[in-house]
Amino acid sequence: MPDPRLSLRGVTKSFDDVQVLRGIDMDIAPGEMVCLIGASGSGKSTLLRCMNGLEPVDNGEVRLDGVDIAEPGFDLTPIRQRIGIVFQSFNLFPHMTAYDNVALAPRRVLGEDARARIEALFSRFGLADHMKKYPDQLSGGQQQRVAVIRALAMRPQTMLLDEITSALDPELVGEVLDVLRRLRDDGMTMVLATHEMAFARDVADRVVFMDQGVVAEEGTPERIFSAPERERTQRFLASILR
Amino acid sequence: MAAGSHRSSTDQVTRRAAYEAQQKRRANLIAGVSTALVLALIVFLVPLAPGWEAVRASFFDGEVFVRVFPDLLRAFLLDVAIFAWSVPLIFGLGLAIALARGNTNPALFPLRIFGAVYVDLFRGIPVVLLVYLVGFGIPGLGLARPWNSPYIWGTVALVLTYSAYIAEVLRSGIESIHASQRNAAICLGLSERDTMRYVILPQAIRRVVPANMNMLVALQKDVALLSFIGPVEILRQAGIFKSLLANFTPYVVAAVIFLCVTVPATRYADYLLNRDRDARS
Repeated sequence: MPDPRLSLRGVTKSFDDVQVLRGIDMDIAPGEMVCLIGASGSGKSTLLRCMNGLEPVDNGEVRLDGVDIAEPGFDLTPIRQRIGIVFQSFNLFPHMTAYDNVALAPRRVLGEDARARIEALFSRFGLADHMKKYPDQLSGGQQQRVAVIRALAMRPQTMLLDEITSALDPELVGEVLDVLRRLRDDGMTMVLATHEMAFARDVADRVVFMDQGVVAEEGTPERIFSAPERERTQRFLASILR
Repeated sequence: MAAGSHRSSTDQVTRRAAYEAQQKRRANLIAGVSTALVLALIVFLVPLAPGWEAVRASFFDGEVFVRVFPDLLRAFLLDVAIFAWSVPLIFGLGLAIALARGNTNPALFPLRIFGAVYVDLFRGIPVVLLVYLVGFGIPGLGLARPWNSPYIWGTVALVLTYSAYIAEVLRSGIESIHASQRNAAICLGLSERDTMRYVILPQAIRRVVPANMNMLVALQKDVALLSFIGPVEILRQAGIFKSLLANFTPYVVAAVIFLCVTVPATRYADYLLNRDRDARS
């Protein structure tokens, strides 16, 4: 295995008295697509938020290309350009057009008027006609695609995707998953928390099943979905696949 | 009824629509009758009061009304001018105070304390008292012209009070923006400063426009308090006419002029508020 892009060792995180992450070890290789599955409250979202420092970890290391970004006091601002994150609830800026949502960070952070590059991204993901629209004029699927473009415009090496299809109507899920397929084909390193089991099975390099703040089982999608070894993995998959 | 006609179903009045139209006609009729009754009572009963003739002569004298109206309108322009140059100062200072109160940098802690004290102090003093204290007190320091002008210090008193209120309105607006907006901006690599400037503030300011409109209506009226320290604005001018003509009608004229500005402004603020509520529901 080449040097991992992201490497977590003994990561713990509590909110008040609740320990949400209870010692996570994980390596993510460049270009790998990892799907985190597990019940709500199993720690998937928190783990993603710890990977880019949005939530500071209590203990443990989060190494990005070898540098421990979880060290208390570490300046995360430059790191954030290298890790894009997309949220379940889109979190587009409602007072800006789709284009301005995407162009703000490149302009302010990279000092770059990336118009050609941004327009190319909109075209590539089928939103060329919607650049001048405001978020409330777009469907959920379109908004989420804009959010992905917004993250991509910073040219991240890694993308974290936090249940990005969970807030969408079922008929809009497909268009967002298609975007992820194309990113995977580009060789983007991706970690996504998801409830889309069929999608995970189809595209993931590795599936990680989380339960009560620990990695309960991990492996190739074929193995996890066809022959889960741990009893709680079997129970979880039985409950959602019905 | 032309049953079996070629009209599409959308052209036909539904039973529900017919019923609602009838209910509405009925409600309008009742409202009209009751309003007419109340008006008739006022018009017939008030003149029966023993002092009505005297009140009418001293408050509603048509000749006086016509005579003082142009001068009072001219004096009102001074109120408008004071209002106009106060507003940018109030919003600039209010925004600065709101941001000072919201900062979390330990080096700027004194600024946070200052913001809190400022707001407590100037919201806690009645405007009229502040107008007296600042308007008479500071020129009393023996400042040279034009720095002894009551226009300047009266305006300063209004700015101090209203910027404290606006600061609180803006702060509540900033705090009402969901943390996910800040997270999204920070995760893109934007600095705290850019996040505030490009993401949080534009949304916060939009959200508190109706509240600020109400503050502006109140400010427009409070400009009249400067009459106590010298400037011959509309209230002062009305007082001069009252003494001159031994008649209170000028005050009524002043009230009418104020209403002509404040009523549309209040209605507009209500409209904005309703529109916001509709947009959010």
